[in-house]
Order: sequence, then structure tokens, then C-alpha cells
Amino acid sequence: MKYFTELFTRLDQTTKTLVKVDALKEYFHKATDKDKLWTIALLSHRRPKRTINRNYIKKWAAEFSELPYWLFEESYHIAGDLAETIALILPSPESRTDNSLTYWIEYIQALGGLEENEKKAQLKSAWLSLDATERFVFNKLITGGFRMGVSQKLMVRALAKYTGIDESSLAHRLMGNWTPETTTFQDLILSEDANEDNSRPYPFYLAYALEDETESLGDTSLWFAERKWDGIRGQIIVREGELYVWSRGEELVTDKYPEYEVLKEKLPNGTVLDGEILPYKNGQPLPFNLLQTRIGRKNLTKGVLQKSPVIFKAYDVLEWQGEDIRQWPLEKRRTQLESLVGDVGDPVLHLSDLVIFNEWRQLAAERDRSREFFSEGIMLKRKDSTYKDGRKKGDWWKWKVDPLTIDAVMIYAMRGSGRRANLYTDYTFAVWDGEQLVPFTKAYSGLTDKEIGQVDRFVKKNTIDRFGPVRSVTPELVFEIAFEGINKSSRHKSGVALRFPRIKRWRHDKPKEEANTLEELHQLLEVYG
Amino acid sequence: MLLQFTEIGIHCPQADIYIDPWRPVDRALITHGHADHSRRGHKYYLCTEAAMPVIKYRLGQDINVETVKFGEVKTINGVKFSFHPAGHIIGSAQIRVEYKGEVWVASGDYKVAADGLTETFEPVKCHTFITESTFGLPIYKWKSQKDEFEEINNWWRTNQENGKTTVLTGYALGKAQRIIQNLDHSIGTVYTHGAVENVNEVIRNQGVDLKSTVRVTQDIPKENFKGNIVVATPSAIGSPWMKKFMPYSVGVASGWMSLRGARRRRAVDRGFVLSDHADWDELNTAVKATEAERVFVTHGYTNIFSQWLNEQGIESATVETQYEGELTEIGESTVKEEEEESS
Repeated sequence: MKYFTELFTRLDQTTKTLVKVDALKEYFHKATDKDKLWTIALLSHRRPKRTINRNYIKKWAAEFSELPYWLFEESYHIAGDLAETIALILPSPESRTDNSLTYWIEYIQALGGLEENEKKAQLKSAWLSLDATERFVFNKLITGGFRMGVSQKLMVRALAKYTGIDESSLAHRLMGNWTPETTTFQDLILSEDANEDNSRPYPFYLAYALEDETESLGDTSLWFAERKWDGIRGQIIVREGELYVWSRGEELVTDKYPEYEVLKEKLPNGTVLDGEILPYKNGQPLPFNLLQTRIGRKNLTKGVLQKSPVIFKAYDVLEWQGEDIRQWPLEKRRTQLESLVGDVGDPVLHLSDLVIFNEWRQLAAERDRSREFFSEGIMLKRKDSTYKDGRKKGDWWKWKVDPLTIDAVMIYAMRGSGRRANLYTDYTFAVWDGEQLVPFTKAYSGLTDKEIGQVDRFVKKNTIDRFGPVRSVTPELVFEIAFEGINKSSRHKSGVALRFPRIKRWRHDKPKEEANTLEELHQLLEVYG
Repeated sequence: MLLQFTEIGIHCPQADIYIDPWRPVDRALITHGHADHSRRGHKYYLCTEAAMPVIKYRLGQDINVETVKFGEVKTINGVKFSFHPAGHIIGSAQIRVEYKGEVWVASGDYKVAADGLTETFEPVKCHTFITESTFGLPIYKWKSQKDEFEEINNWWRTNQENGKTTVLTGYALGKAQRIIQNLDHSIGTVYTHGAVENVNEVIRNQGVDLKSTVRVTQDIPKENFKGNIVVATPSAIGSPWMKKFMPYSVGVASGWMSLRGARRRRAVDRGFVLSDHADWDELNTAVKATEAERVFVTHGYTNIFSQWLNEQGIESATVETQYEGELTEIGESTVKEEEEESS
């Protein structure tokens, strides 16, 4: 695992994109095809299955370190990373071996079939033959959650430099249902269309948030505007009589949405649609959290299907009659999409309607009405734009409606993980109900590093009580919390659940008494819930 | 109790003195010159000879200070006080307090391993030991100083090959001098930030044979820095002062750098694990060596280290203090940072 660990270390030591791409490229030159393929898999969210329960891993690590379990747990809470805690806490290795990445992944996979005591022995012998960095990498592999500070986009760029194949072809080849066990580096990456996979989706084209004035986009006649729907972005593929549904997270979710089954017959073969998997009933979209309750379920009962049925709001057509038409200008694709949705004529397939406008201020007014339409804002797309892959600036923009906000008091804090390990970065906020503070949301992001440092110090100095990793603190700091939506919730004491809560700013100017009340929160629920 | 923990600091009622108090008092015994231990406004200071120059440099030449040699006994109202090397920075001491056969040791900040510059830590037997716990968790284990400096020197060499200036930060008093003393000076010139060089001068004047350094000044041409190393304070990172070293690679030397999260948060090129505090094993070794029956745990992971000691059969309790350990080096201190800015 020498090269892979070396790669990991180099990536971890830099924040510069160029250095990262170079490190990857160099790694691709040195590594075997099998190791390369596993690295590509790991960097495109295809991790091997977990074969050991985390609780066993923790228990055994404490045991091999000859430490009481509570001390191991405390160390873990502070380091904020299980793999790292174990790597640091174990005694130094007895001997060193140098096996390949593939060797260790296969080693981990083989654990799946073993008895508990055999797993324990195998884990011990692995830990005691790896040095601290290799151990960390190994632990990341057994605990899942492998992040190397490299996006898939960056990895594809490095792979393009190494192979000489262009980035968008590579991005497309890496989509879909492959694993390093089912293909080879040669077949997946280098061969043009060997083993053509019928289910393979196209990389999603993602928009950046619009930060400048709309006027900077020029003439309004160059642009299409649509509502930004609040569901799950997805692709529907019909090829050779089969239907496949992909979510943006590159997950094959066909079985989760039986509503789309009818499209297998109604869409012609060789069709790929881009759109939104949208919970929808009685002529209007439903709150996103209804879809969320559905996602987690193994069995879709009738009740669930009745409570939160979905439609597909089609944005775009990427493949038509078996031909990749992503290079067509949007205007032409849109015409094709409109006639196609019309021909299908099924209530499960909707067209994402255009918002008609002549002047930017008209569109701004439409954007202000977004919540009436249960949408998150407006999407702007250039009429002549091709369908690109990944997040690209220029041709597509999302222009979200301003979030809802409320001022709240911080009452609990928890340590973060990763870059925020050992710092109190995860907070629980409350609003007033008479004399009482009622917690209603958690929020993690939104503060600068400097502010996080200040809050961290406040937490450490103003702790009232500790429960495991959580501290309750003197209610004093007030923050403005921004969120995209609000819904009724019986699971929370406050009676509400927020969508995308985050800290908008620290209200140094507000004493805790001036934070908002539960009543005010419920008023928001009535208007927007 | 011979020593009591008050809102002002560690108090000895029998002698009416305070150890490292954080509010002004009549008589203060000072373990070492870092700002969270040695504060302004006391009417009388007692410290080691070796610690005195820096304390005076930082608090003013006019303070009323008396010094003792390491091991020398000073008796105040029947209480015997003596100072013993703590190995933290030059002149830093643990303070031994004895009255009618009862012995306490307040250790201030300490590290056990020798660093080639500081007087090496001396275990002192006592009944009650007051220990810090800045790195009181089993995830903190230092590599040998030799190995760590090998990495630092290699990093410097690589930067030199790539035509870059190397900038390494640590706090101005203690860490910076330790770095200077252990770098491989055959690679190039060691430049220093003003705050570091001011302390260097004080330390050289007291007769310490600190290796040679060059203060960074306006009139040094930019190209002179290329391939060489600059030892700076943590507050220099991201400041306009750094511009003249471009292109550079910047590193932080601190015990906190053993955690990946802290390294990434600092957003520097390299983090080196180098601390002037005891790691987990050293804390345990030090506590055992005192043979103390009772241990009070101050600044750091107090609850955790104290619980661990109790489970090891050593009676232990935590104490709230205003000492900060090594927070400056990750930009998370309140006291020390202000001080570095003013120096």
C-alpha cells in the first residue's frame, strides 16, 4: 500500500489543485491497473462493503492498546475521526510489510465471511504490520467514509492527463454500476465501448448559484427560466425495453419509485431524461421531507405510496433514439422534450414549465413568488447551451429565493469531525417559550474559522454540563439561523423541522432575551409550512 | 491544605504567596515566562535566574524580582520553596513546597524528553503533585526529536530544491529557540521574525549558546531569503509580512499537529509534531516518578486525565485554572497571542 499511502499523504498535505492533480497523475503512472481501478472506485464513492461492525473495531482497538474503553471513546470524540484515533492510539508496529492496495481491500472483504474471533485476529495482525499512516488508510477502508480531499472531478482530470482521453468521455465512462470486481481498468477506462452498460447514466450538469445581478447575464431573450423544484435530481433511462432511474448521488434507485414503471412502455427505447423526482399530490408539490421519509424505507407500503407519491418533472432530454444529444443547443433539446412529454401523455411525467419574462425585474418578481409554487427559486439556462458534465459556470445558474431566518440562542455544542475535530462546531439552537428555551434545530456551517475559534473558547469556558460528546452551555450567544423551509414535526419538542438550517451570522448586537420565540417560529410554519 | 486553589491562583496561606497567579498579588512565584503563567502587576516576583531575563524583558525592567538557582531553598515563614527544572523552556521550573514534612510540587508546564537547549526535566518526589494535562490523551505520542527534525530538515531541503523559502512557525519564546537549535544549519541561513529575534537576544545575553540567526528587516533583498528558512510566530501566517518570502512553503511546529483535523484547519503546507509539553506517556512517567499519593490536574484534558489516574490507583482531582497550554500555535489562545503582537 506504499504508493497509495504516499498518494494519500501528498494529497493531505496540500490544498492546491495543481499539486493534487500531479500527485494523482504520478500515482497512476506507478500503480498497477488493479490498484488504479480501486483508487478510481474509492474516489468515485464506490467503497467496498463494510465487513466489521464499528463497535467491534472500537472495542478491539481499545483492547489492543491496553486502555479502558471509556478512554478510547473520549479520545475518539476529541480526534473526531475513528480511523485516526485507532492509528494513533495503537502501539507501534512489530514488523512492516508492503502489500498492495488491492491486497488489503481483498483482505478486508474476506473478513466478511469470518467468525468474530477470526476477524479479531486478522484485524490485529493487520494493525501490527502497518505504520501509523498506512494504518490510518487501512482504517479508512474498513470503516468506510473514505475522503481524500479530492473530488471526482479532480480525479477525472488527473486520469485524463494520464490516459490522454478527454475529461467528459472519462466522466461518462465512470458513471453507472461498475465495481473493480466486475470490470478492469482496460475495459472501463481505455476501451471505447466494450461492455456497453445499458444502465449507464450521463454525468449531471450542475449549476452554480448566481451571485451577480441578473442584468450581468445580458439580454433576457438569450435565457430560459424555470422553477427550481425541491425534490431529488434524477435521470430516467429507457434502453432495450428496460427502465433505470438514477439519483444525482449516482445511485440506482429504480425500485424506490414504482410510479415510473409505466414509462418503460411509454418512452421509446434509447431515451434519457433529466429531471426532478418530486413528491406531488392534488396538483401541487409536497414538502421535501415527505420524500425523505420515503427514501429510507426498505419496503414501500401502499400507505407510503399514497402519502407521498412522486412524479418526474422533466428538465431536459439527453439521449433521443439512442443518440447522445447533449451537444444540441438547449432550445432544440427543449422542443424535443416538449413533444416527447406530450406524446407520452402520462400524469407521472410532467414538463418543467418555462417561466415567461421579458425583463429581469419581472423575473425577480417571479422569484419572490417561489414559495407559492413550493419551489426553491429560479433556474436560468442559456438557450444555446449544451448539456455539460459536472458543475460548470456560465450557461446555467440557480437563483434561489432568500432563505427564511430566525434569531436563536445556542444551548448545546458538540465537537465536529475532520477539519473541525477537537473544536466545538456543531450547535443546537433554541427559541423562547415564555421563560424557557426550547431547542428547535441544529446547525453546523456558516461561521468563519475565526468565529468558530471564538465560539469554541466560549463553550469551553461556559460549560454547564457534559453528556458524552455534548456540552450544555450558558445560554448567551445569539445567532441568525437561515433555512429553506419549515414543516410540522411530531418528533421534535418544538413541533417543527427545518430544511437546510445553517448559521447566517452571529448576532453580537443581540442579547439573548431578544432572540425569537416559539410562537414566532410557529407563525412561520403557518405561512410557509 | 498547604496549597489552595483560589480565584486568583495557586495560594500558599502559610507563606502567603501565590504560584503563577492570574490576578495581581503581593508575592508571586513564577514557574516560567509565558504570558499565561507570568502576568503583569505583582508587587514581587520570585523565579529562577535563567527565567528572569525573559520575564523582565516581557513585563518591564522595573519589576521587583528576586531570583534563585535551581535547587536553592528559599524559606518564607517556615515554608521551604525550591525550583527544579521543568524542561519546558529555558529557566522553566517546577516549584517544590515543603512545610512540616509535607511536600507539594506545582509543575507549571513541563516536558520530560531532553531537547538540546532547555535544562532537562527533573523528577521531584512529593506527596501532592500538580500536573498540567495539555496533551493528556493517549492519541498524543511524540516521535523522537531526532526523527521530527529529520523531517523538518528534509522539508527545508525539498523547498530549497524547488526554489522556495521555508517558513516555520512556533511561538516566540521556547519553541522558536528549540527549532533554531535543532535545524541543520548547513542547509542555509536561519532568518527570524522580530518577535523571535528579540527573545533570542535576551537569551544569548544570559549566556546561552544559541545558534546564529539573522533578523528579517526591510533592507534585506527579497532574493536573499530564497532557499533559506524563516522562523516566525504563528501570527505571521497569512499576514502581509509573509509576502517578501514568496514563493514559500509554510509549516507549523506544534503538538496539535499530530491531529489531521488541526493540520488541515491551519491550512498550512506542513504540520510538524513538536511540543514543549509532555505527551501521554511522559505525563504518566512524570506522575509515577513523583511517587505522589495525590495529583491535581490543571489545564488540558483535565477530567479525562484525572479519571485515568484515579483508575490507576492515584487519588486525583481536577482544578480550574486560567493556564492555556499550547493554544497559540493553532491560533486558539487568548492571552499569548496578544503578547506576541505587542512584542
